[in-house]
Amino acid sequence: MPAHDVLIIGAGLAGQRAALAAADAGASVAIISKVHPVRSHSVAAAGGINAALNPEDSWESHAFDTVKGSDYLGDQDAIEIMCREAPDEILWLEHAGVTFHRNGTGHLGTRAFGGASQARTYYVADITGQAILHVLYERLMMHGERISRYEEWFTTTLLQDDTGACVGCVARDIRTGALEVFDAKSVILASGGAGQAFKPTTNALICTGDGIAQAYRIGAPLMDMEMIQYHPTTLAENGFLITEGARGEGAHLYNALGERFMEKYAPNKLELASRDVVSRAEQTEINEGRGFPDGTIALDITKVPRKRTLEALREIVNIGKDFAGVDITREPIHIKPGMHYIMGGVKTDFDGQTPVPGLYAAGEVACVSVHGGNRLGANSLLDTLIFGRRSGEHAAGRARGVAMPRSSPGVLTDAQGEIDDILNRPTGGRRISEIKTELGETMNRYVAVYRDAEGLATALEIVQRLKQEAPNAAIDDKGTVFNQDVLAAIELGYMLDVAEAIVVAAQERRESRGAQFRTDYPERNDAEWLHHITVSLNGDGPDLGTAPVTMTRWEPQERTY
Amino acid sequence: MAEYTLKLRRYDPQAGDAPYYEEFQVDLEPHRSVLEAILKVKAEQDGSVGIRCSCRAAICGSCGVRINGRPGLACHTHLDKAAKTGVNADGTTILVEPMGNMPVIKDLIVDMDAVHWKKIQRVTPWLINKQPVPEREYVVPHENMVDVTQTMACIQCGACVSDCLSMEVDPEFVGPAASAKAYRFVGDPRDAEQYERLKDLAEDPHGIYDCTHCFTCIDACPKGVAPMSQIMRLRRVATNDHHIVDRNNGERHERAFVSLIRGYGLLHEAELLPRSYGGDSWFGKFHPAAGQQLLESLPVLARGLATGKFTPRKAIFGHRIAKADLKAVQAIYDKVESKPRRYELNLYISGYEDDDETAVPAPSESESA
Repeated sequence: MPAHDVLIIGAGLAGQRAALAAADAGASVAIISKVHPVRSHSVAAAGGINAALNPEDSWESHAFDTVKGSDYLGDQDAIEIMCREAPDEILWLEHAGVTFHRNGTGHLGTRAFGGASQARTYYVADITGQAILHVLYERLMMHGERISRYEEWFTTTLLQDDTGACVGCVARDIRTGALEVFDAKSVILASGGAGQAFKPTTNALICTGDGIAQAYRIGAPLMDMEMIQYHPTTLAENGFLITEGARGEGAHLYNALGERFMEKYAPNKLELASRDVVSRAEQTEINEGRGFPDGTIALDITKVPRKRTLEALREIVNIGKDFAGVDITREPIHIKPGMHYIMGGVKTDFDGQTPVPGLYAAGEVACVSVHGGNRLGANSLLDTLIFGRRSGEHAAGRARGVAMPRSSPGVLTDAQGEIDDILNRPTGGRRISEIKTELGETMNRYVAVYRDAEGLATALEIVQRLKQEAPNAAIDDKGTVFNQDVLAAIELGYMLDVAEAIVVAAQERRESRGAQFRTDYPERNDAEWLHHITVSLNGDGPDLGTAPVTMTRWEPQERTY
Repeated sequence: MAEYTLKLRRYDPQAGDAPYYEEFQVDLEPHRSVLEAILKVKAEQDGSVGIRCSCRAAICGSCGVRINGRPGLACHTHLDKAAKTGVNADGTTILVEPMGNMPVIKDLIVDMDAVHWKKIQRVTPWLINKQPVPEREYVVPHENMVDVTQTMACIQCGACVSDCLSMEVDPEFVGPAASAKAYRFVGDPRDAEQYERLKDLAEDPHGIYDCTHCFTCIDACPKGVAPMSQIMRLRRVATNDHHIVDRNNGERHERAFVSLIRGYGLLHEAELLPRSYGGDSWFGKFHPAAGQQLLESLPVLARGLATGKFTPRKAIFGHRIAKADLKAVQAIYDKVESKPRRYELNLYISGYEDDDETAVPAPSESESA
């Protein structure tokens, strides 16, 4: 039975960074991931990572942009930490081997990004996430003796001791089907978001909210769940992401009348207003009949010099060519807002600690909250790394003070029983894929850019019905080797829990702030709603609560771009 | 919509049966991907079909497979194109099999740890920092970072490993993906051990000189990493910049190619082997190792003579080409060698395909040497 000081679940940027930090702090570390670490969805982050590293820039400016971007729902103490520590993190990455692109003098180069008052986004072409993820994995291989990697292991349950502290997990070796108990003094969830609860989404198929639901199920509260980011530029057909880097490099948006409509909505920042603003503008144009017949907007990257596009935006050149049949260096590409990111997640402090002792969370699975109502582009990579590292360090420190827990053999039997129940389901129920599609389409219809009470009520009704249907969903595969059917059944349950939390939080917030726009409450209402909404599991259903927003130095102002 | 027949190679390690093929009918638009078709089968017909996949957009590198006999990403291959290419191309049938050179775990899922990742691990795949590590960033030319971006663009999908012909013959060959990974450090001016890395890979009998330039990996790579080009670059840096003369005779073999073509305009095959061992001159054949190699090659030579593949006259005098043609060949040498910097092909720098505005001149001759 493996036992480690620090157990990390998820091996994207937050998880790998946490593993390296915990190992550096002297802890024995295990990192578990349901996919090989380099397949993690951090790989898809394209545009870059923010830091106020230039002497002319300041962390205060970065922090203010982030606070404003969050529509004042971000916790300012956490934002200050993130922005203060960002420059050193970039340099750490650079020294670790990330091939950041340079400027003409050979120093780190930057590009402009949405909602930022300075060009402070560091990048590797438009494969920044991939480059950082692969370099962190290089470091994991380098430290192979200190960090045990469990690649392609699927976590089914978080374990708690009698006091309620989290003391490990049960995971299934996907290759053999064998279950194993992992004891740990500290557990860090770093298993990403839940974009697959929406259809379409920019998120990978693996983003099924596992960690959010696992934490929720053992009593950790979720926060800011209503805040779902719709990215302004996703391909109409399949939801693939076109990086904000395109607009950062100078691309424009046009409606079907050929108008550069952002002049109307954000006269100063235009296409580089924050994402909620741009997505709402696009959706308004589309809803009011000024979109293209297929319900899209045109993104014109031909404004960017062709050589620059080929060097700095190659990935979207490929995506345009391979998935939309468009040469983006020669003609506009049609896009629309698409589900991209969950600002909310498991509530943590700025060391990643959740209210459940021994349980940490970092990255998209967590909500510190540094993104509040709307995340700025290129702040998510930063979030994963800063809070991944802080979690790793803190979890290692905590581990020094507690004894290695020993879970009872009974937990394995219970976990096996749950798997067997899935395997033994009678045929004839709805297919998992059908339920998943209905969930995704429901969320994308009613819990999207524009929301109202009626739509949200419909969404909740459907999600709750699907929760009834899911435990009977039929599976085909009865084997143990790479049984992806069993995993899909478990993931469906995770997604439904997360979706329910999202919908009830969106119902609760009767105002418009950040990514949440209620057509029935179109104004921001600081007097009543300048606080976080939390969702906790009570019995079988969600319980709503509130948490204060921490203000340090920036009073809420009207938000214009 | 169009009807496609998806013919999947199935293998269930628990059943105790040999692998078999199973056909599924799928209705999808022709521009949809092979992965979408497989996922549709999984969703609607048989959830037990095994394939790794995640991002659907050719970034995560999970879904490497063979499609109609050719390696690639399932998500990156359109149905219409897949049905028209490779073996059994009849416009509607798409054969999907697991990648080659790696053991199959189940259906389309292969054991990448056993082969691919082991080879990656072989090339010391992390930056060994040049000392002292600066307080801020290393100041390095933009061009170098853009240059190594081509190999950073590798998503570790294994498509190049799948069909590497050298690896088929020598499973120990470090292979295309790991070599590209090695270039990522050799080309990185922040790395302290370029020489050691190159020396290691040049001296290893399964290292950079084990590649036979078949171009398969370049065709296979969905991300334009061009692993074979990276191997050639490793060789150029090893020989031209670090003057590494390896015990595999790789360096001398390449030098022999280059000098023979300069001298004859075409390859003088009979001289190639002696010179590879005995150095770059006509007297090379008197080197003992060359003699031994010649003796060992006698059966091959005899067969060549018997089938008329070559004649004694050609073996002695080599090919003759028109003087003007020979001069033209030599002019290429002069031009390339007169350049202050070596030509290197790089996707990120040169643009791609029919891109004339930003194209750089052709790669150096040693590319084909």
